[in-house]
Amino acid sequence: MTEIYQLTLYDLIEKIKSKEISCEEATKSYVDRAKKSQKLNCFIEETFDQALDKAKNQSGKIDTSKKLFGAPFAVKDLFCTKGIQTTASSKMLEGFKPEYESTVTSKLWDEGANLLGKLNCDEYAMGSSNETSYFGNVINPYRNDKDLVPGGSSGGSASAVAAHLTSATVGTDTGGSIRQPASFTGTVGLKPTYGRCSRWGIVAFASSLDQAGPMTKDVRDASLLMEVISGHDNKDSTSAQIKQEVFSQKLTKDIKGLKIGIPKEYKIDGMSKEIIDLWDKGIEIVKSSGCEIKEISLPHTKYALPAYYIIAPAEASSNLARYDGVRYGFRAEGKDLIEMYENTRSLGFGDEVKRRILIGTYVLSSGYYDAYYLKAQKVRRLIKNDFDQAFKSVDTILTPTTPSAAFAIGENVDDPISMYLNDVLTVPVNLAGLPAISIPAGYDQNNLPLGLQLIGKSFDEQTVLNNAYAIEQSINFKPNFKDWWM
Amino acid sequence: MTITKDTVKKISKLSRIASNEKFEENMIKDLNAILKFVDQLNEVKIENIEPLASTVEQELIKRDDEVKKMNEKKDILINSPEENDDFYVVPKVIE
Amino acid sequence: MSEKEFDYYLKGEKGEYEVVIGLEVHAQVLSDAKLFSSSATKFGSEPNSQVSLVDAAMPGMLPVINKFCVEQAVKTGLGLNAKINTFSKFDRKNYFYADLPQGYQISQFKHPIVGEGKVILDMPYGTKEVGIERLHLEQDAGKSIHDQDPKNSFVDLNRSGIALMEIVSKPDLRSPGEVGEYIKKLRSIMRYLNTCDGNMEQGSLRADVNVSVRKKGSKEFGTRCEIKNVNSIKFMQQAIDYEARRQIELIEEGNEVDQETRLFDTKKQETRSMRSKEDAHDYRYFPDPDLLPLRLEDSYIEDLKKGLPELPDHKKQRLISEFKLSNYEASVIISDQAVSTYYEEVAKNSDYKLASTWLMGELFATLNKEGKDITESPVSAVNLAKMINLIKDGTISGKIAKTVFEEMIKNDVDPSKIVEDKGLKQTSDPKEIENIVDKVLETNQDKVEQYKSGKDKLFGFFVGQVMKEMKGKGNPQMINDILKNKLK
Ligand SMILES: [Mg+2]
Ligand SMILES: [Zn+2]
Repeated sequence: MTEIYQLTLYDLIEKIKSKEISCEEATKSYVDRAKKSQKLNCFIEETFDQALDKAKNQSGKIDTSKKLFGAPFAVKDLFCTKGIQTTASSKMLEGFKPEYESTVTSKLWDEGANLLGKLNCDEYAMGSSNETSYFGNVINPYRNDKDLVPGGSSGGSASAVAAHLTSATVGTDTGGSIRQPASFTGTVGLKPTYGRCSRWGIVAFASSLDQAGPMTKDVRDASLLMEVISGHDNKDSTSAQIKQEVFSQKLTKDIKGLKIGIPKEYKIDGMSKEIIDLWDKGIEIVKSSGCEIKEISLPHTKYALPAYYIIAPAEASSNLARYDGVRYGFRAEGKDLIEMYENTRSLGFGDEVKRRILIGTYVLSSGYYDAYYLKAQKVRRLIKNDFDQAFKSVDTILTPTTPSAAFAIGENVDDPISMYLNDVLTVPVNLAGLPAISIPAGYDQNNLPLGLQLIGKSFDEQTVLNNAYAIEQSINFKPNFKDWWM
Repeated sequence: MTITKDTVKKISKLSRIASNEKFEENMIKDLNAILKFVDQLNEVKIENIEPLASTVEQELIKRDDEVKKMNEKKDILINSPEENDDFYVVPKVIE
Repeated sequence: MSEKEFDYYLKGEKGEYEVVIGLEVHAQVLSDAKLFSSSATKFGSEPNSQVSLVDAAMPGMLPVINKFCVEQAVKTGLGLNAKINTFSKFDRKNYFYADLPQGYQISQFKHPIVGEGKVILDMPYGTKEVGIERLHLEQDAGKSIHDQDPKNSFVDLNRSGIALMEIVSKPDLRSPGEVGEYIKKLRSIMRYLNTCDGNMEQGSLRADVNVSVRKKGSKEFGTRCEIKNVNSIKFMQQAIDYEARRQIELIEEGNEVDQETRLFDTKKQETRSMRSKEDAHDYRYFPDPDLLPLRLEDSYIEDLKKGLPELPDHKKQRLISEFKLSNYEASVIISDQAVSTYYEEVAKNSDYKLASTWLMGELFATLNKEGKDITESPVSAVNLAKMINLIKDGTISGKIAKTVFEEMIKNDVDPSKIVEDKGLKQTSDPKEIENIVDKVLETNQDKVEQYKSGKDKLFGFFVGQVMKEMKGKGNPQMINDILKNKLK
């Protein structure tokens, strides 16, 4: 029989509202499972007791107007949560308890969701394997003979959704941090259009790229969660002033007549046959759903990753300057102010963060700004132009999410570039500010999940969701891991 | 362009990150690898291209000139590693 | 009018030097809330009591711009006859300092909100035009206190995030005197516009002073030093004089002037190099990704232009032509908007000339003595005008008026009531005056003889005696006339 924790978010809430399942039962089901899943190292902070208390309170007073009523919900530890430790997986913020709640998470609680805890991620969201976390790496519920990474940076979130430790979650995506781990764990991850969700209260990595988004068991859940967390916020100057939408109500698998672009540049060197086959399978599915397939060209694709690795570190080097040991977080000793700063930041940040701060500082420093930062911004314009051009003739773009499946822990840690290449197919979307979703498309020969990515026009999440929904229904992906860690 | 030991020293100083021999060695290796990777951008023709800093195409949101007390003094001091009489305390600053 | 020549050249062993000065004035925008947060901007509040989560740079906090601060900057730009840029951008200026919570200051680098403009100074040697390079909006930092504890510094973030206008001049200033006039002029313009209170003691107006020297007659600029954050005109002037002489000494000894940031030690009255700013010149400016470009409509700028009050230069010309004031009087009166408002109210209701005389004489002396400014004047403009009218219509003499004025300082009432109550009304009855004149001449026969034999100076003595007899209330003009007649 189906356990409660196996239900989709959508079904769980239906059953709570129809009193088939009590809030308490729902929370308990997840808490029990999470407690038995310590090995995956998904949680940095657990708020199980508070969650159970709140669920008990909710049980008698079902509010059917609330979209997430009674849903047990853990979130990436990049979202500031009032009175609850928020670390961004960094020693720098160990013990930091903000006196405020991020806009996105407060929308979750307003709709009746119930905080289960804070989920592990790469330190300050910098990483593609969740191995840069100060609190240790997260393990993917899928494995072959070795423990595998869940992807990153929202790796704890992806593993937690895949392993049923939360009904759904929110992550953040700066260069692929929602979609790549979703692809590695057989889950759904949506990066909304930049500006669709408020960044207020989210620990910043690269402000012009960061975007929060849903990570769920299926596309319908993503559409529901998307309508909860999106919306204009006047506390974020880059928040889009557009009307709230009800994605879940408009969700349809009828995508007949849609024009779908296949960018030839995404067939990168060395891409495995399995991935190309899955991609072809996706193409066949949409064709049989009545869509028109168009080969398109996004000529500057190759330059997205290099541009990203200038722009994101540049912004990060400035965003992370506030972690100086003065007002909150970790402080190391020092005989004077400068020494205190240097020791604090040297001991408080991990290696990858320091690497990115240094490269970011370098590309902005006098004499190098034009050669690196400014050039990268110009390339960013070209990448956006490519998409603008393509979207004149297509409605969505279909690609694989990642160039490979999940890899073993430790496999790429010594080589930053090979690690960065994980994001080669996801990064262009962030540079262009577009919405994109990753959905599980099948398995490779090792039984590891692989994802397909659908990219949409600005603020056209609905079409992206509908398109993904149609493919999902046809593929009928089923998780196939065993609970080996219990 | 390549990153030398002096460059690492200089940018560590600018970033206020303490540096030592080993750190410098590692960083020279990693940062040069990254630079080599991003140097691919030199292939792109960028003449007359406007830089793109943000994909948001709307007016800057503005706020009225209204004082709102959204937090108490304790909210901003509660997490500080050291404080004294409502001040943040830092090791002596040499001007 | 004798025009002086400009003469601020410093003598070295090897010739005369000209001092070249450019100013970066930081003027605090008058606004209730900060530039990017809703915290208050009040001066003198308890430490860290006006600090929002944004001002303390808590993780995930974002700036949202205060539209009134934008308006204030545009108005100031218009007041400086400057170009208003319909497109401007906010950049981050990155550096570490204890009182800079974000680790960067949000400022405007490549695209400031206001471009080139100019101000006119009235110098003893004629008018002088000083170019404005730009005006941009930026955040203020907090305050560090270094002298309370041997090992630690204390940080108060109340100022953190307050809106500043940085007004950058061209290197057009040539002397401490010009710098003083320039600051006063900026302050006066901003006070007229109500965009900055100009209160230097409270730090609302301070400047980074760039100083270089060059041989008199040379066209090339020397290497400059920037003296940071000087907060009084006197200190700016002392700092410039010291710094220029220091540079001349270096040059004459065959050394080079290092381009560096210096600090003015107000106790020792000297400048010294700032260690903490060693690597400060690499600020790594880049567009703040938390904000979008600031675009202004032409109509918005036009509307603000239409709503501007009359500014000092214009007002001065008008006072000269409308009230026949001298250039000097007009300069003094317009230097403070409140003074000029006061003056105009008195002048329009009494006599232009007397109004100026009384304002700049008795009233200024009184304000000075009591340490008050015109808005706190113990004598209202209405009553001063009434008093001047009493002089004009002969009810009181100028001398009696001083007595009346003394009373008005104590009690700001209608002066005619004081005249009534104290019986100070002037006697203008020719009969009565003639009687007293006769009496005075009678008792001073000897002096009358002396006068007649040529000692003209004694005339004043007779006037004084008559006035004394009349307890000061005699109409001085009539006393004069009658005496002259009798002594013929
Ligand atoms: Mg300066
Ligand atoms: Zn400034």
